[in-house]
Amino acid sequence: MNELLLAAAGLILFTVAVGLARVLRGSEVERLMAVQLLGTGGIAALLLIANATSVPGVEDVALGLALLAAFATIAFVNLLDADQGDAEA
Amino acid sequence: MITLLDLFSIAAIGAGAFFFLAGTVGLLRFPDALTRMHALAKADNLGLGLVALGLIPRAESALSALKLIVIWALVLLSAASTTQLIGRALRRGRK
Repeated sequence: MNELLLAAAGLILFTVAVGLARVLRGSEVERLMAVQLLGTGGIAALLLIANATSVPGVEDVALGLALLAAFATIAFVNLLDADQGDAEA
Repeated sequence: MITLLDLFSIAAIGAGAFFFLAGTVGLLRFPDALTRMHALAKADNLGLGLVALGLIPRAESALSALKLIVIWALVLLSAASTTQLIGRALRRGRK
């Protein structure tokens, strides 16, 4: 069963890494979307690994990643706004 | 020996992985930015949600199961707000 969980984590990480191709050929906002998908996939993989290996603390790393996931997007969108001269900082 | 709960976990995690796959394919293949964002939202909400749901029966304690739900809820909140922000940026023509 633990092997299955690790395999699922690997599959999700691989899928999300393929999605990063959008970073190479996409507009600025689309690049941000690919990075957001990487964040969510990373959280899912960490949860699976935490359960499969029972190493203490890995779940808390996922929790921290979930807490911080929104900030990159908010900062980036605000930067785009600032480029146009109407930041709402 | 595989129990019923294990089967439930396998089904939910498999479905979650499928939604991550679908989200990635959508991000790469859909024609414009708004439809790509739509595909991304499915991976964020359903993919992670199903993975967390599948892991809940395997959690060691009630607190650990609660932590899974909290992580999912946090991602739901942040995905909902960032999707609004990205959509607004797209609408204002910042491609």
